[in-house]
Amino acid sequence: MGSGMEFFIALLGPVLGVMFVALLVASFIALYTLAAVYAERKVSAFIQDRVGPLETGPRGLLQTVADILKLLLKEDIVPRMADKPLWVVAPFVVFSAVFVGYAVMPFGPELVAANLNVGVLFITAFAAFEVAGLLLAGWGSNNKYALYGAVRSVAQVISYEIPAGLAVLSVVLLAGTLNLQEIVLQQGIGASGPRHLFGLPFLPDVSALGGLFTWNVLAYPHLLIAFAIYFIASLAEVNRAPFDIPEAESELVAGYHTEYGGIKFAFFYLAEYGGMLLVGLIGAVLFLGGWHSPLPNLGPVRLADWTTGPIWGIFWLLLKGFAAVFVHMWARWTLPRLRVDQLMYLCWKVLTPFAVAMVVVSAFWASWR
Amino acid sequence: MSTSPAAGAARWAASDPNRVRLKDLRTEEMVLNMGPQHPSTHGVLRLEVVTDGEIVIDVIPHLGYLHRCFEKHAESLTYPQVIPYVDRMDYLAAMNNELAWAVAVERLLGIEEDIHPRVQYIRVLMAELNRIASHLVSIGTFGQDAGAVTPFLWCFRDREHILNLFEWASGARLLYNYIWIGGLMHDLPVGFEERCREFVQYFRPRVRELNDLLTYNTIFVERTANVGVLPLEVAINYGCSGPMLRGSGLRWDLRRDDPYLVYPDLEFDVCVGRGEVGTPGDCWNRYKVRAEEIEQSLRIIEQCLDQLQRGVARRTADFDPQKLCPPRVVPPRGAEVYARFENPRGELGFYILSDGTEKPFRVKARSPSFSNLSVLPEISRGAMLADLIVILGSVDIVLGEVDR
Repeated sequence: MGSGMEFFIALLGPVLGVMFVALLVASFIALYTLAAVYAERKVSAFIQDRVGPLETGPRGLLQTVADILKLLLKEDIVPRMADKPLWVVAPFVVFSAVFVGYAVMPFGPELVAANLNVGVLFITAFAAFEVAGLLLAGWGSNNKYALYGAVRSVAQVISYEIPAGLAVLSVVLLAGTLNLQEIVLQQGIGASGPRHLFGLPFLPDVSALGGLFTWNVLAYPHLLIAFAIYFIASLAEVNRAPFDIPEAESELVAGYHTEYGGIKFAFFYLAEYGGMLLVGLIGAVLFLGGWHSPLPNLGPVRLADWTTGPIWGIFWLLLKGFAAVFVHMWARWTLPRLRVDQLMYLCWKVLTPFAVAMVVVSAFWASWR
Repeated sequence: MSTSPAAGAARWAASDPNRVRLKDLRTEEMVLNMGPQHPSTHGVLRLEVVTDGEIVIDVIPHLGYLHRCFEKHAESLTYPQVIPYVDRMDYLAAMNNELAWAVAVERLLGIEEDIHPRVQYIRVLMAELNRIASHLVSIGTFGQDAGAVTPFLWCFRDREHILNLFEWASGARLLYNYIWIGGLMHDLPVGFEERCREFVQYFRPRVRELNDLLTYNTIFVERTANVGVLPLEVAINYGCSGPMLRGSGLRWDLRRDDPYLVYPDLEFDVCVGRGEVGTPGDCWNRYKVRAEEIEQSLRIIEQCLDQLQRGVARRTADFDPQKLCPPRVVPPRGAEVYARFENPRGELGFYILSDGTEKPFRVKARSPSFSNLSVLPEISRGAMLADLIVILGSVDIVLGEVDR
C-alpha cells in the first residue's frame, strides 16, 4: 500500500460526490428541458389559438420524449466542408457554459453545490463563455448563414453583458458580497441586519416579517428598474425573442446551428432551455429573494417560517425560475424581432445608461446606509 | 534555435503581422445565396444578395423555378380549359384569376353585358372573399418575416373560414374552377349567404384584434416604418400596382378606375398609404393598405350579400348559372382583347388574340407580382439583411404568378 493509493482513495470520495451532483443537475436539466419544450409548445398553442401536441401520449405529454428519441437515433453527420474539431466541440462548449452556472446556484439553506465566494463573478464569466461555443459553431459549420448567426450572437451577448453586469453590480454593491448564498440569506427571515420597508429608515423593520418585503426589489425600490434591465438583457443573452437575432428563422434559417442535427442539435436545445432557466434563477436569487418564500410572517401565522426549508427552497426558487421562463415564452410568441442595429441601440443607448444610473444610486445608498 | 536578440528581431520583422500593411487590408463583399429553399422567400425565389456585413449592396432575383409555360400551354387548350391553369398562377387568389380570365374571354366574345346580375354579384363576392384570404396570408407571412409568429397563425385561423366557404360552394379549397366563361359552375349552395354574413360578423372584431397585436406594435413599427421606401415615381416607372402602388400614395384601383362587373354600383374606399406611421411607400404603409383593404372588402361583401339576398341578384327558381356558358367558345378570327383586373396583388392583365378556333392563338399574362418584384433591388440597396426580408415580405409575391 503506497501513499499513492491512499491519496487516490482519499480523492475518490469527493470526486464521486462531485460526479453524483453533476449527474443530478445534468439529468435535472434534461428532464426540465423535456418539460419546457412541451410547455413552450402548449403555451405557444394557447397564444395562437391552437391545441398543440395532443396525439403522442396523454395530452401529447410524450411528444418531446419522442422528439428526443428521434434526435438520438439520427445519423451523426459532419458536413464535408466543416472544420471538424471546432464543429464537434461547439455544442458541448455551449452546453457546459450553461451547465456550470448551476454549480453555484443556491437551491436552499444548505443546498448549494459550490458555495463560491465569487459566485456572481463565476456565473457572469461562464455566461460570457457561451459565446465562444456559438462562435465555434458558426465558424466551424463553414456556412454563411451560420457565420452570420455566430457573429450576430457574439456582438449581442457581449453587448448585453454590460447592462446585465451593471444591473447585477447594483445588487452586489448593496449586498456587499459576491456570494450568491449570502445574497439570498440577506433577503429573508434569516437576514442578519435590519431591513426597512422600501429601504427607508423611518419605515418599520421587516426582517422579522420575512417574505416578499425583504426581497431586494422591495427593500431597495430602485432595484426594480435594475431587475427590469437585467431581465431584458438576460433575454438577449440567451438569444430569445425579441432578441433571437442570431437564430432569426426568417432571415438566417437557423443561425449558428443551421448545420447541426441529431444529438448535437439536442445539446444546443438543452443549452438554450437550460440558459433560460439559469438566467431566471439568477434573477430570482439577486432580486426576488432566491429560495425564500414570498409569504410573510403575520403575527402568529408564521407563514414564512412554515414555508422555509430545503424542499421549500427548491420549490420557491424553481417556481420563480419557471415564472421567468414562462415570461420568456410569452414574449417570444407575442413580439416581433428587433433588427441588429436596433438591438445595439437598445443595449448601448437605453439599457446601459439606466444601468449605470442604478449602479450610482446603489453606490450612494450603500455608502449612506 | 537561435535566441539572440538580433535573430529574434529579424524573425519578428518577417512574421505575418508585419508583412501585412494596414492600408493593404480590405474587407470583401460576401455573396449570400438566399433561396430557393429559404424560409422567407415565399416559395422558390432565389435571391443573390451581395452583402457587406449586414448591409445589402445589391440583390439579384433569379426567377423561373416555378415556370410552367402557362402562356404556351394556353395556346393548346380551349378557352374554358385554361381556367384551371389561371387558378395555379396566383394560387392564393384563384377566384380573382378565374374572374379575370372569364371576364376577359367574355369581352372577347362580346357577351360581357349579358351576364346575369346574380352571376356578377356572386363573382364579386367570391373575388372579395378571396382578396381577404389572400391579404390574410400576406399580412401573416409579413409578420412572420418580422419575427412575429402569432399573427401568422391567427390569420390562417380566419382564412380557414373563407376556405370552408369556398369548399362549400365549389368543392375545392385552393384552386376552384368555379367562375366559368359566361357564368358559374353552380349557384351558391342554399344558406351560403347567411353563413357568409355570419363570417363577416365574426371576422370584423378579429381584424381589430389583429391590429392590436401587430399593426401598432412598437417593435413591428420600428422594423417596418421607413424601411424599403418606394417613391411614387419609381413605383410608376417599374409598373408596380396594387397595394405596392397604393402604399406609395397613388389612389389607383382598377375596381374604381377601370371598373368591371358590378363594381360601379358598390361603395368602397380606395386605401392608400398616408404615412400615418413612417413615410408613404415604406413597408408599414404597404402593410397598412392591405389591412385596410380587408375592411373595405368586408364592406363590398355586405353590399353583395344585400343584393344576393334581397336585391336584384336574389335567388330565383329559374336561375341557371350556366345559361350563358357557350358550349364551344369560338371568338371571331383576329379578335383581340387586353383586359385588366384588380387582383389582391395588383393589376392582372390578360391579352388574348384569337385565330377563329376554339383555342387562343396567343395569350399574354401581365402578372402583378412580377412587376412588383422587379422593384425589389431598387428599394433594397443599402438596407440591412433583416430589412431585405421585410421588404420582400411587403412586396407580397406569389411565385406561381411571377414565374407562371
